[in-house]
Amino acid sequence: MLLIHCPYCEEDRSELEFRWAGEAHIARPENISAISDEEFAEYFFLRNNEKGLTYERWRHIHGCGRFFNAARDTVSDKFLMTYKAGLPKQPIPSEVKAEAIAEEKTVETWEATEGDAR
Amino acid sequence: MSASSNSGEFRIKGAGRHTPARTARFTFDGKSYTALEGDTVASALLAHGVHLLGRSFKYHRPRGILSAGPEEPNALLDVSRDASRRQPNVRATVQEVFDGAKIASQNRWPSLKHDIGAFNDLLSPFFAAGFYYKTFMWPKEAWHKLYEPIIRRAAGLGEAPNEADTDHYASRYEHCDVLIAGAGVAGLTAALSAASTGAKVILVDEQPEVGGALHFDSSTEIDGKNGYDWAQAVAAKLKAMPNVTVLNRTTVFGYYNHGFLGLVERVTDHLPLPGKDLPRERLWQVRAKKVILATGSIERHMVFANNDRPGIMLASAARTFLNHHGVAVGRAVAVYTAHDSAYEAAFDLKRAGIDVVAIVDNRKLPGEAVLAEARSLGIDVLLGHSVLDTAGRHRVSSISVARNGEKTGRKLKVDALLVSAGWTPSVHLFSQSRGKLRFDAENDRFLPDIYAQDCISIGACNGTDGLSALIGEALAAGAEMAGHKGASSIDAIAFAGSNLYEWTGGLIGAAEGAGRDTTVKAFVDFQHDVTAKDIRLAVREGMHSIEHIKRFTTNGMASDQGKLSNMHGLAIASEMLGRPIPQVGLTTFRAPYTPVTYGTLVAHSRGALFDPARKTPMHALEAAEGAEFEDVGNWKRAWYFPKRGEDMAAAVNRECRTVREVGGVFDASTLGKIEVVGPDAAQFLNLLYTNAWDTLKPGKSRYGIMTREDGFIYDDGVVGRLAEDRFHVTTTTGGAPRVLQHMEDYLQTEFPHLKVWLTSTTEQWAVIAVQGPQAREIIAPFVEGLDISNEAFSHMSVAECTVMGVPARLFRVSFTGEIGFEVNVPADFGPAVWKAIWERAQNLGACLYGTETMHVLRAEKGYLIVGQDTDGTVTPDDAGYGWAVSKKKTDFVGIRGLKRPDLVREGRKQLVGLLTRDPNEVLEEGGQIVADPNQPKPMTMLGHVTSSYWSENLGRSIAMALVAGGRAKMGETLYVPMKDKLIAVEVTDVVFVDKEGGRING
Amino acid sequence: MADVAVRTLPLAGVHGGSSVARLELAAPAERISLRAAAADVPALSAALGLDLPVKPKTSASANGRTALWLGPDEWLVIAEGSGGIGTGLIADTTKATVPHSATDVSHRNTAIMVSGPGAAAAINTGCPQDLSLAAFAVGACSRTIFGKVEIVLLRTAEDAFRVEVWRSFSDYAFGLLAEGARDAAL
Repeated sequence: MLLIHCPYCEEDRSELEFRWAGEAHIARPENISAISDEEFAEYFFLRNNEKGLTYERWRHIHGCGRFFNAARDTVSDKFLMTYKAGLPKQPIPSEVKAEAIAEEKTVETWEATEGDAR
Repeated sequence: MSASSNSGEFRIKGAGRHTPARTARFTFDGKSYTALEGDTVASALLAHGVHLLGRSFKYHRPRGILSAGPEEPNALLDVSRDASRRQPNVRATVQEVFDGAKIASQNRWPSLKHDIGAFNDLLSPFFAAGFYYKTFMWPKEAWHKLYEPIIRRAAGLGEAPNEADTDHYASRYEHCDVLIAGAGVAGLTAALSAASTGAKVILVDEQPEVGGALHFDSSTEIDGKNGYDWAQAVAAKLKAMPNVTVLNRTTVFGYYNHGFLGLVERVTDHLPLPGKDLPRERLWQVRAKKVILATGSIERHMVFANNDRPGIMLASAARTFLNHHGVAVGRAVAVYTAHDSAYEAAFDLKRAGIDVVAIVDNRKLPGEAVLAEARSLGIDVLLGHSVLDTAGRHRVSSISVARNGEKTGRKLKVDALLVSAGWTPSVHLFSQSRGKLRFDAENDRFLPDIYAQDCISIGACNGTDGLSALIGEALAAGAEMAGHKGASSIDAIAFAGSNLYEWTGGLIGAAEGAGRDTTVKAFVDFQHDVTAKDIRLAVREGMHSIEHIKRFTTNGMASDQGKLSNMHGLAIASEMLGRPIPQVGLTTFRAPYTPVTYGTLVAHSRGALFDPARKTPMHALEAAEGAEFEDVGNWKRAWYFPKRGEDMAAAVNRECRTVREVGGVFDASTLGKIEVVGPDAAQFLNLLYTNAWDTLKPGKSRYGIMTREDGFIYDDGVVGRLAEDRFHVTTTTGGAPRVLQHMEDYLQTEFPHLKVWLTSTTEQWAVIAVQGPQAREIIAPFVEGLDISNEAFSHMSVAECTVMGVPARLFRVSFTGEIGFEVNVPADFGPAVWKAIWERAQNLGACLYGTETMHVLRAEKGYLIVGQDTDGTVTPDDAGYGWAVSKKKTDFVGIRGLKRPDLVREGRKQLVGLLTRDPNEVLEEGGQIVADPNQPKPMTMLGHVTSSYWSENLGRSIAMALVAGGRAKMGETLYVPMKDKLIAVEVTDVVFVDKEGGRING
Repeated sequence: MADVAVRTLPLAGVHGGSSVARLELAAPAERISLRAAAADVPALSAALGLDLPVKPKTSASANGRTALWLGPDEWLVIAEGSGGIGTGLIADTTKATVPHSATDVSHRNTAIMVSGPGAAAAINTGCPQDLSLAAFAVGACSRTIFGKVEIVLLRTAEDAFRVEVWRSFSDYAFGLLAEGARDAAL
């Protein structure tokens, strides 16, 4: 079970208090009624679902109730940072990043285990 | 007869740590035995010379006790107190004997000694690796007749209990600075070191007492004491410290993300008469800042022909039975080893007066010290020799020993054979924590290498050999993990330790006589009956990945997870593949480390605590009126109110009639309610609903539709404006939490500039709906401070007023098409107001009605239910609610989605009414609709029936349906083909009753 | 003309707990959910006669009122002893002219008082938070999870907590607390 740092409560709390809320930094177009079908699809339907470093939204739904942003490595499940909603996409401090990447090599991945079972 | 002889003829006087006078009686397969308190089932049975404990999984071979710990693959038994407290597949080496225990062997019929399934052993050529995959292919019928009933039953372990478990289970969340798994020398030392810094420490050990390997290791001394006694003294010291929790009989079964560990504490399984408040087991969910893994190592068996007979066991296990339980595992014992440690088993037995027939060592050069001691004790040591085979039907009776390289050996008569191929570090928890292992080729073992979490491995599980090194490592680890990096803060504690022998040796893979071109049954995995030959077959049949080999042979896939077999299996595969072990790889260790009962995982979540049952304030009053309830999410809602002799249909028909003719009272408290407050409240609702809200005057309400960004209906409900800056929003019962989440999401992340706040008030208000021609007459006497005449308080009015002396919110609103009011009073006042209203309603001839009648009445009016008549692909226009979408607004959630080409095309499914040609025919909801019933299959389906009821008011059935191009098909005949009939229907308007809508304004 | 309605409290008649964790129903209290931006906190504090806490996980009490920080713009304000409805608190908040939302939730919530040396252990049966005094001091409060329901937890003394829960979840919360209280006594 994950331990998540809520940037509003300024504390690590159990995943049980949170709810995941999808990819972060997808702003609703201000002129939404004027955008093209392709732009709408890009905004509403298409997600990157990237492996590794992802920016995602969480809500501390059973805590302070706030939505916030998190940078998480989906391979190691490690949170690199969390920050308040409304802030622009935050760069990952280099020392945090280095640690996370080193860690990625250490964890079991499908490619490393089952992946070579051809 | 003295107590000690009573407790078994193999009990050795003066040996072991149990008190001879403290006995316990238990039965095994119906026969009664006496044990000593502290015995495991295994030690108690061995004390009576009972070695045959079960039959193997596939071949039904006789099996005994292999180990003395949690790694046991063979001795799985059924343990019960009574019929409702029975547990199958219990390891005899873990289960402590308690007075009155009823223990039975498994997987045998008709009896353990005469097992018909043993026939499988003769058929073993047909049950080779991959048997299941090859056999369960065809024909299909064989699944029902042969595979499942016969073959599956023949292969198996215990039987699941079939009565409800009368025990209860507890759960606890806990936090600590340092959690230490394992209380052997390393774990205890680290715990003292960490605890002395003041850190909050949890020390966990799966055995009844701390000590780990000190249970059997009689030659270790620490701090001037025998190792085991030292361990107990340290545990006592730790238990006295306020910052330390020592959990005995507790297994760390899972090491999950971010320092989260699952522990199971066995509270009562060893007690003869557990107190009723005691949980059988307790689940601990611990969040540890740091973790110290001191999980030790597990001895491996030797892989050779017929190595599975009862009486053949690990050398360390025999030492545990002797040194801890005071039980000799035989009277004429041989040792077969590739490792020095097993010599000490021979020494202990010899000193206890047991005949040690020989030590058979497959090495030419054992450790000098152990060899010298063996010789000085007069034990025959056969170096460079191996055990090629064993004999004995229900227990080993002889072994065949030969010089390495020779094909035939000489027979030695024995009644027990102790084996050791060396020690496998227990890296299970480390591996679960996603740490990466490295292969130590010199010692043929995997060791922790790169850590993925804040943990450290110490002692045998880290490959640390030698007592002094181990203690030093543990002291440093304890201090470091407690946050005092560097020097230990407990220098005052003397930790001088010594053990007599440094161990060398080890073997992985098949031993002499079980090598490549042999066909003997040399078991690698006892629990799944996997032999060395099976693993080679898997490689020959093309399995080149260890993951495939594992699944093909099922090696390591039993409930013991291959604690003994993994390294042997890997070595055999590596040899066959001609690839070094690191390149073959190790399969991944998964939680749980040992099996965990469902009871523990479920803990309190059963019975009334399985899931919250939400009841409205008026629940008890409704129950007293005879209501039947239905589940709507977690809510219990009054479904209908049958009078004496009425079935559901009769009750609902009466309720439907009465509401339209007189009136009815309905509990609408579960309706979701959100208070939207702030200067920008109307602007916010404009963005969240398709309707326009700025035009709504305070004192009025409006039906609103909420779409998602994609344009599909998400929820609906009536929204009342109480003041310029205050709205009372209602949602569907099931939609309340998600609608609030949806609103908060937009408010916090897309429209944070708006000054408006949302508060859930669902439970603040008890809501009593009064509907029907007499509705006003019913409520009038209770309402103060408000003129509720039709002129002053017309349909869709809302006001704050006083009802029976308490502040209330009154809505003029209808979900029946009749005059309607919804009386909102603070929830605690609900019962009193309900009682008074119902008393008056009853006198006027009105009824109570439930959700079923509510559904029928709204369908008679064609009112939509989100989630029943819509399914997430329905737009407001599809549903016939295009009028609710503002044409003037420049933005709202869904504005762009609604313009998508697919949402504006011709021929979309639209909500229409259906009338069956036969008025008595009630359609099934979900029934598919076609235009031409004679078309070839698969037919073109135009849509489906969403709502269907008998309408007592119309004396016929009615239905609503989503039909492609439905509104253009008015008057057309369509068909609903059912399994046994074809139903003709006419497409109609959705409003069946009072099409002009006059009644609602009366 | 009509009689004045009488109150029926949730959990009426229920009792439980153990020697180390007593469970008692709190007296009916006036409660509001108060929402406002940070800049408007002083005005509302003045109106309520209580300094609204602005630090996470803290509460403040004055004049028989307790304000619990639930989020950066959210407080649960409880006035004990005033048996009725949230009108007193709301009347006071309306004295502040700053934008805010004060909504009566007096009857939405009910409260269970858990006290005794095993109180924290009883709550930890279903609550994943660290309730050691170091992490959850006297006066600390938090919305959190308890088994399958949401609660608001307030530590009123070293060995006493107030558990606020929505009324329809109170049977469940009480039942699970009773199990926890029983286990904490072992």
